[in-house]
Amino acid sequence: MSISIYRSEDRTAASAGRRLDDADLALIEATQDGLPLVADPWTAVGERIGMCGEEVLARFQRLLLTGVLRRMAAVPNHYRLGYLANGMTVWDIDDARIADIGRRLAQWPGVSHCYRRPRRGPDWPYNLFVMLHGHQREEVERQAEQLRELMGDACRDHQILFSTRILKKTGLRLTRRQREASCSE
Amino acid sequence: MTSDGLVACLDDVDRRLLDRYQRGLPLVERPYAAMAESLGVTEQALIERLTRLTEMGIIGRVGAVFNHRQAGASELVAVSVPDHRREAVAAIISACPGVNHNYWREHRYNLWFVVTAPDDTSLELRLTRLEAQLHTPLLRLPMVQSFHIDLAFALPWTELEDA
Repeated sequence: MSISIYRSEDRTAASAGRRLDDADLALIEATQDGLPLVADPWTAVGERIGMCGEEVLARFQRLLLTGVLRRMAAVPNHYRLGYLANGMTVWDIDDARIADIGRRLAQWPGVSHCYRRPRRGPDWPYNLFVMLHGHQREEVERQAEQLRELMGDACRDHQILFSTRILKKTGLRLTRRQREASCSE
Repeated sequence: MTSDGLVACLDDVDRRLLDRYQRGLPLVERPYAAMAESLGVTEQALIERLTRLTEMGIIGRVGAVFNHRQAGASELVAVSVPDHRREAVAAIISACPGVNHNYWREHRYNLWFVVTAPDDTSLELRLTRLEAQLHTPLLRLPMVQSFHIDLAFALPWTELEDA
């Protein structure tokens, strides 16, 4: 099996990570398990890292504006809410029609992620990844069937990869520690 | 408690809170006061709700959702692992720096994970090392284009209750 290294255009956006200064990284690390649930969470966070509440808030506002922070949110645990089946569906879609199909699928209820990824030879012909969520497998299978109909002859093949066990799931860890670790690697 | 039982415990305010604020809370001086006002409860009551929902595990955290592409480099990777090596390989991968998701899936490629790093160079280094450590080729599937960037989706309360 040949595995080539692929660089996407989107990846250049990763260099935007360099826009984060040390204080941003300290802030991200101090809040990665969540904001304190107190009336003034900004000051409470600031006290941990020697920053005033106004600056904490201003930095988060800037991270939101620059797109590094997608949102500050009450993040639901979908599994706990009863979405017990999570199916990663992979599709072999006509390249000429993938953008149109991707945009339509992304709006489908139950779809949480919809990404184009590279094919990897005859062993892995799938170029579109669509994450489906449901209460049971049957529901995810029904959703996939509906998506298949929507795609018509633009789709050559698809598979559903159900998860059988979650070994590790954490939020993004982008921290000073991590940066230092990666420099010493 | 089953998840069905949990959902049944959530009152109307809990549900509106989740519907609205999974999409983002206001970045203002007193965010919980602003949320409380829009839900018609006091700031203290709102904070107690958030605390209870977090303790129940309904809310994973009240915190930041980062744009991985803006905040660093990441890549989806799969490996095909024979049954007798499953646990050992999974442990190596989970211990690899920057791995933040690791799932078994039903497929010949049975182990799926995401590797993150502060930048492209260190991501490349992590993947190269991991591949050497595992003695197994990695199926590397970087994102080429995202059609869907918002992970918040409408919570169908009635269905969740009846499930």
